[in-house]
Amino acid sequence: MWAILSIKVENKPGILFKVTHLFRSRNFNIDSISVGVTQDPKFSRMTITTIGDEKQIAQIVKQLDKMIDTIEVHRLDENNTVYRELAMFKIKVSKPEDSMEINKLASAYDAKIHDAKKESIMVEITSTPHQIAAFEELAKKFGILEIARTGITALQRSKH
Amino acid sequence: MIGARALMLSLEKEGVKEVFGLPGGANLPMYDELYKSNIRHILVRHEQDAAHMADGFGRVSRKPGVCFATSGPGATNLLTGIATAQADSAPMVAVTGQVPVAMIGKDAFQESDIIGMANPAVKYSYQPRTPEEIPEIVKQGFYIAETGRPGPVLLDIPKDVQQNEGKFTFPDEVRIPGYHPWTDPDIPSIEKAIQLLMTSEKPIILAGGGVIISSAFAELQSIAEMLMIPVVTTFKGKGAFPENHPLSLGPIGMHGHAEANKLMTEADCVLAIGTRFSDRSVGTFEEFERNLKIIHMDVDPAEIGKNQTTSVAVVGDVQASLRIMVKMIIKKSMKKSDDNPWSKHVNEVKDYWRENLKLHPGEMGAAKILRKLRELLPKESIVTTEVGQHQMWASLFYDVIQPGTFFSSTGLGTMGWGFPAAIGAKTARPDVPVVDIAGDGSFNMTEHSLATSVLEDLPVIVFLINNYSLGMVAQWQRTFYDRRMIGIDLKKCPDYVKLAESYGAQGIRAQSMDELEKAIKSGLNSDVATVIDIPIDPEEDVLPFVAPGTSLKEMILPS
Repeated sequence: MWAILSIKVENKPGILFKVTHLFRSRNFNIDSISVGVTQDPKFSRMTITTIGDEKQIAQIVKQLDKMIDTIEVHRLDENNTVYRELAMFKIKVSKPEDSMEINKLASAYDAKIHDAKKESIMVEITSTPHQIAAFEELAKKFGILEIARTGITALQRSKH
Repeated sequence: MIGARALMLSLEKEGVKEVFGLPGGANLPMYDELYKSNIRHILVRHEQDAAHMADGFGRVSRKPGVCFATSGPGATNLLTGIATAQADSAPMVAVTGQVPVAMIGKDAFQESDIIGMANPAVKYSYQPRTPEEIPEIVKQGFYIAETGRPGPVLLDIPKDVQQNEGKFTFPDEVRIPGYHPWTDPDIPSIEKAIQLLMTSEKPIILAGGGVIISSAFAELQSIAEMLMIPVVTTFKGKGAFPENHPLSLGPIGMHGHAEANKLMTEADCVLAIGTRFSDRSVGTFEEFERNLKIIHMDVDPAEIGKNQTTSVAVVGDVQASLRIMVKMIIKKSMKKSDDNPWSKHVNEVKDYWRENLKLHPGEMGAAKILRKLRELLPKESIVTTEVGQHQMWASLFYDVIQPGTFFSSTGLGTMGWGFPAAIGAKTARPDVPVVDIAGDGSFNMTEHSLATSVLEDLPVIVFLINNYSLGMVAQWQRTFYDRRMIGIDLKKCPDYVKLAESYGAQGIRAQSMDELEKAIKSGLNSDVATVIDIPIDPEEDVLPFVAPGTSLKEMILPS
């Protein structure tokens, strides 16, 4: 099972180390992680996606909550959360018509084109991991030279 | 004032009267201020011993014990002691010197990233970068170490931060946004727990170390007596309940009492208090929880559901929760008598095993010598143990009568813990006899603490059950490895009588019960540490024995 955890922590040096170390020492997995400062610079928000069974995920949340540096730990409800990831693809251009096809594919996924060169095109896509995977699948036929991804970041929708 | 002075004043404000430690280059400014302060310094011969002494002090006084070490190897030597305290939830504040801030990360002489190394072994750690931070981190450190589920806190102070001038203001209160150790007792869950206990046919209480940490002895005893529920303990919880009480069955687990293990597996409902369901206590997790309703009371929410599936969870300080439980039981007049099939069965099983467990036939068998020790020790005496066969024999044959007087490295299982911890315990309670029940292999690891015991006037008794070997490993090699004995023979080296005498301690060899009795009495009256060397049969096994990875039902018994 996949879970998105949103963790508010004190914005101090060494906290990322402690959080990731907890995952290692408790034998949990990190699928992706993203960190940034919140509207209050005293705090940062980490978004961690993890994989485990129901019992393991409940344990991860409790162990994170127990950490003194964590202020809030929430397991986000996937259906009620906006979650996005940014991915950059460097895609191979082998023949002139590839360029147009890559452009078409990018616009179908609301992706942006950067650095269009004769032999490669860089595409930036911000979407769900599922959509990014779908895009990756379609881009494979041109040849993917490099990928860089940010990991998921997420916020829960407001109730009202 | 300089940072080192601020540290001493802050420690004094926290009520610290003694620190265990060893000086070195990076903590000299601290030692210079220690020289000027009223805090007593207890010099050790190895930093690991300082950590164990602070640990023993903390477990007995329930206030953090303090240890000092220098940077680099001084700090890494503390690590085993810090990890031991963490595994057994013991309050401790460890203060290390660090290389100056500008040298951190430059692989300086005696530099180690102790904050990084200790991270998984501490409850929390601090590395101040200015002297002004010191009072606040001391205040916070003590608060974190001793509240909620206690544990070790590390203060790693760079040398220049100790030497630089700063303004000293000791905070009146602690504010840590992500730390809320106190939760209100969960009354609806306590009600549910009582209901479950009252409606179950074969209830049992499993008391863990949490009962000892929160001193919930009276509350536990009231509940057991009002509801006539038999009490087993974990090994860490040994002595949470008087072991001469008619409802006491003793510790369960790998080397638990036969009656305790048997009745634990027959129970249909357990009130588990302040325990983390360690594999050494419960055997295989799946088999333990089969047909068993678990009520789990613990201060640490992360323990709920970690190893066992619970029917009712009661999060909160166990003493506070048990107090409410006692009140509810009294209010609803829910007392029970022992006129029921389960109570009768419990007594039959207990009587059977107390009469029929086969013991070693020799004069100096483990059961005999430990029962002799019990007979001669005043009930308020504090006992620590090392790790190995002697520890498990102590669990089986040394009955704790006054709750909270028995301490052992149960979680990390640190050989060499018992002797320095006994010295720490003696520092906290100089008014009572302190005995380290030891094995020769463990004692070897910290025997140099005899110097501290003698020179610092902290006399303890080392009850050295000597089988000239690493006995527990030898037992496993006999049991599981077809007697392929390797790496366990310690020979008759050293001579423990001479060793003790060379430190100015008293050394006595006891080869008969008469000699043992005289030696114990002499130790109790001695002004210096006493090592009682008790040679035993190296082939004596600890039984019963639940093999690792099996259930409590599969006990190996003496044949």
